[in-house]
Amino acid sequence: MSTALSQQDWSKRIFDKLAGAGVTLFSYVPDFGNSVLVEMADEDNRTRTVLLSSEQEGVALCAGADLVGGRGVLLMQSSGVGNVPNMLSLIQGGRFPMLMIVTMRGEYGEQNPWQYPMGQAVVPVLEAMGVQCIRVERDDELDQAVDSAISASYVAGQGVALILTQKFLGAKAF
Amino acid sequence: MADFPDSTIDRKTLLTQLFPNPENYLLLAGLAGTAKDSAAWTQEADNLITLGGAMGAAVSMGLGMALSAPDRQVAVMTGDGELLMNAGVLATVASVMPDNLTIVCVDNGQHGETGGQPGHTSRRTDLAKMAEGAGIPSVMTISSPDEIPAAAKFLTDTPAPRFLCARVMPGAPTVYKRNWDLAECRLIFKRAFSAR
Repeated sequence: MSTALSQQDWSKRIFDKLAGAGVTLFSYVPDFGNSVLVEMADEDNRTRTVLLSSEQEGVALCAGADLVGGRGVLLMQSSGVGNVPNMLSLIQGGRFPMLMIVTMRGEYGEQNPWQYPMGQAVVPVLEAMGVQCIRVERDDELDQAVDSAISASYVAGQGVALILTQKFLGAKAF
Repeated sequence: MADFPDSTIDRKTLLTQLFPNPENYLLLAGLAGTAKDSAAWTQEADNLITLGGAMGAAVSMGLGMALSAPDRQVAVMTGDGELLMNAGVLATVASVMPDNLTIVCVDNGQHGETGGQPGHTSRRTDLAKMAEGAGIPSVMTISSPDEIPAAAKFLTDTPAPRFLCARVMPGAPTVYKRNWDLAECRLIFKRAFSAR
């Protein structure tokens, strides 16, 4: 399967599970890794997208949705994780469900040195703020990982990050 | 602008005049002064969430509520310092154009909670112009008590999303000891929301 076809395929599998779980708000800061998922959420009439200026907005947005019985998800590149820690105080303090999907840079196969500092800090930073990280490295792990992330966040009320690794996504060529 | 604050509005009596019917709204107040004023104003009603941290969260949280409860009116109270920490949210709001979101910025030109240190709006920054520049369709600034009735009308009669910048006198917010357990406040709010 070519990379483009494969991104269509896995994005569709994630989208169908999220939409099926009643997620209506797809908030995001654009990244190549989440671009197809965002397009799908734009086109489906059950869901809508919210373009954010900064990833921190998405944490608060999803908490606000929960207050009125809605479900949101936050999509971002690994660099954006650095913008969210203080906002995650909401999730711990309020026991809000929170699901974020992080598309990785700055690891396996990365050629841009600027991506490494935050890329390497993603998991420690999220875990320090009480967010559980579920890493996906192979295509055959994806479905179960998405199910687990949905159960832990929306059902069990945890803060969860689904980490789509560069081994899974493929590294960007320069 | 150099002599800010030029306002004669007392923040402690502002919200009750701006919103004669708070029960018609879902209310969200950002940390510090606006949270205290809002808690005292409504006596911590079950349609209000007040924050005690997560500076910058208020408008984003209100947007999440507004988009997920499109048949309800949502009003967010935020301070100038809080808003500037997440000022990009004004562009996010304008992109999405929720027709049920009202933002009131209680602008005292200072960081009251940490000792009254001057903020950007006491110098050259104009948050209403920033909101306008971000693309919010209805924007108004007030700085005198005489303008409050017109502002209250603005909050109900102009197309949303709307942004009111209320420049207030320096001085302490209302004294009020509110519930700081956000997990408990969340459940109270959610139960009341489902029951309505």
